[in-house]
Amino acid sequence: MKNHSQRHHHRAPGPRHSGADAVIASLHAQGVEVIFGMVGGQIMPVYDALHRDGKLRHIIVGHEQGGAHMAEGFARATGKAGVVMTTSGPGATNLVTGLADAMMDSTPVVAITGQVPSHLLGNDAFQEADMRGITMPITKHNYQLTSPDQVASVFAEAFHIAVSGRPGPVLIDLPKDVTVAQTEVASALGPRLAGGRGAVAKGHPMQIERALQLIKNCRQPVILAGGGVIHAEASAELKALAEYLDIPVTSTLMGLGNFPGDHRLSLGMPGMHGTGYANLALYNSDVLICVGCRLDDRVTGQLESFAPQAKLVHIDVDASEISKCLPAAVPIVGDAKPVLAALLTGAQAWESRPDFGAWHKVMATWRQKYPMGYRAKDGVILPQQAVQEISAVMGEEDIVVTGVGQHQMFTAQYYTFRRPRTLITSGGLGTMGFGLPAAIGAKVARPERRVVCIDGDGSFLMNVQELCTAVRYRIPVVVAVLKNCNLGMVRQWQHMFFEQRHSQSDLACPPYDQVAKAFGALGRRVERPEDLSPSLRWAFQAAEAQQLPVVLDIMVDPEEAVLPMVPAGEPNINFIPCRVEER
Amino acid sequence: MERLNPMAVLVRNEPGVLARVAGLLARRGFNIHSLAVGETESPDVSRMSIVVSGDSAVREQAIKQLRRLVDVIRVTDLTGRPHVERGLALIKVAAPSERRSAIIELANIFRAAITHVDQGSMIVEVSGNRNKIEAMIDMMRPFGILEMVRTGQIVMARGQAALRVAGQSVPLAGDEPEPGQDDQTNDNGIQYN
Repeated sequence: MKNHSQRHHHRAPGPRHSGADAVIASLHAQGVEVIFGMVGGQIMPVYDALHRDGKLRHIIVGHEQGGAHMAEGFARATGKAGVVMTTSGPGATNLVTGLADAMMDSTPVVAITGQVPSHLLGNDAFQEADMRGITMPITKHNYQLTSPDQVASVFAEAFHIAVSGRPGPVLIDLPKDVTVAQTEVASALGPRLAGGRGAVAKGHPMQIERALQLIKNCRQPVILAGGGVIHAEASAELKALAEYLDIPVTSTLMGLGNFPGDHRLSLGMPGMHGTGYANLALYNSDVLICVGCRLDDRVTGQLESFAPQAKLVHIDVDASEISKCLPAAVPIVGDAKPVLAALLTGAQAWESRPDFGAWHKVMATWRQKYPMGYRAKDGVILPQQAVQEISAVMGEEDIVVTGVGQHQMFTAQYYTFRRPRTLITSGGLGTMGFGLPAAIGAKVARPERRVVCIDGDGSFLMNVQELCTAVRYRIPVVVAVLKNCNLGMVRQWQHMFFEQRHSQSDLACPPYDQVAKAFGALGRRVERPEDLSPSLRWAFQAAEAQQLPVVLDIMVDPEEAVLPMVPAGEPNINFIPCRVEER
Repeated sequence: MERLNPMAVLVRNEPGVLARVAGLLARRGFNIHSLAVGETESPDVSRMSIVVSGDSAVREQAIKQLRRLVDVIRVTDLTGRPHVERGLALIKVAAPSERRSAIIELANIFRAAITHVDQGSMIVEVSGNRNKIEAMIDMMRPFGILEMVRTGQIVMARGQAALRVAGQSVPLAGDEPEPGQDDQTNDNGIQYN
């Protein structure tokens, strides 16, 4: 893990150029090809340098929050840092939700904000906001520059921090005088850093051996795999280990796609809206191998009854996640990829493999007793059906983005994710309005793939202005709005836990296909189940043919609840099962 | 078991680093008993002495969270290890002439200094560990404490071991990082030398 690479100063005096030029040069040095942003007063020198350079793609966003989510979508689709740039004050504060979202979901984002000139700092100047102070808790790190000579080294460090270890957002605040002043410092590769993603923690061999001993001698193991597996590009290692040892895998919301959802060993998603059989398997497990997952409350439910018998093997690149929620019997601080590979190598050296046949038989009975499913209704589109239809027309590498709420959970439950980076969703922060801009960012990153945003009407409306962005830049995302004219998840909770008092959870219900057309996008209304499949096919075909976003306004049954469901704070095994078809 | 956990923390000497450390501990609900910060022999590096109250799980989590900060170079846990701990207090007591000698006598016992005296008051300067300072304060109370100010505790391990930036440091005996963790780089894989 120690990387003794030397400093990379690369500080041969170059021709004098402005701090703003150094910003653009630094972005090139980091391999940035596209930035999302919105120009304004204090960032204008950088935009002037951008204009002078002429080689960076810039996408003007409708709202800076949208820009932050686009950068997130870009990052989640690629693993590279997404870049968003705004002016000072409100432009910068509008990033706050996106940065908090990126922090919670470990998404690498570099945010560049203008700032009032240094001599006005602290004076409540026009459009001044203390972005370093405001974003301290919601960034992995942040900077405010005091000299153009710092630009090159700080940008190099910022990109390193954003993508290395446990990824996260980094903000760089640029007072206007810093971008205007001249510097001779050319771009740097990383003066103070160990460098690149080279410093990957492999996990301590002793702990890996201890984990192997536990696995060898257990009877009812489960692998709980989170988003860290995706960040670490460790899906192949996860699959190889699970298959070699015949251990079932449950993938968290952030982890969906890290293991094939249709694999015989897949238990689906655990937790509040997870499958009954995943929650039962976790509850009955005697060894729980938790990898790249932080055991948040939506996964564990009531902590004491989450996996009460299990010895926890916790693998995480962030040491602070280990023993944060549950004490780990075996803590492994390391990147999921080398650690899972080492576990497999260790297991392959065994003379015989443990037989988990009896455990699989028990799990099979749970699958039979508590299947996923719903009762179809004549002439009405159920949101679950809509998700299944979308799943059927999408390719394995195509990308799904969601907002937050019922539609998000239905997507997690009924879309079959087979590949990493195919689900982009706001897990930790639960940011409504994430979907459309994140989908735009993903499509910009991966133009060769289909990108669908499965959204709710409440979520869609929160960043609907980005339709304008998608039309302008001809970014052909398909938005499937599952419209129930309600804040569906809130309504569900009100129905179940507040004696059906539907306080302020109904929404105005404009025709979103018409909204789309007004923006210059394509739109279609879908009301009957039999129209779903043809409308989806039309949407993807039309989007690509005309290079325009398409909005499907899909009327769904507002009474449908997300099940299974564990009431908040209760043990996960107290789930309310799905109401399935009579058989 | 609730106890006071002293830790020594090397940080990059950057603007805002105190706010980062204090803010992190506050928002994650750690109880900061005292925090002192100052320069080190190296101008790029500052050293914080932080005393957090809590059980061992709290201590472990506090250390791990501190290590996540980019500006944090090293964290050394001094709980249960031989170390020197010092703080300073200035205590202004009411001191009419007839009581001066009693106060001076007490100050001598505590090896405290009288740093100011006038018609009606004295400032007593006492340094030492927490217990000593608190004992001194208790002794001054009956005279009438007019005002008082205390520094946070500063802490340093005993012995030849030295907490310095990577490459120069002599590890503390028993200061091996948790298996799998590397104490020379922080969690961000950033190396300081």
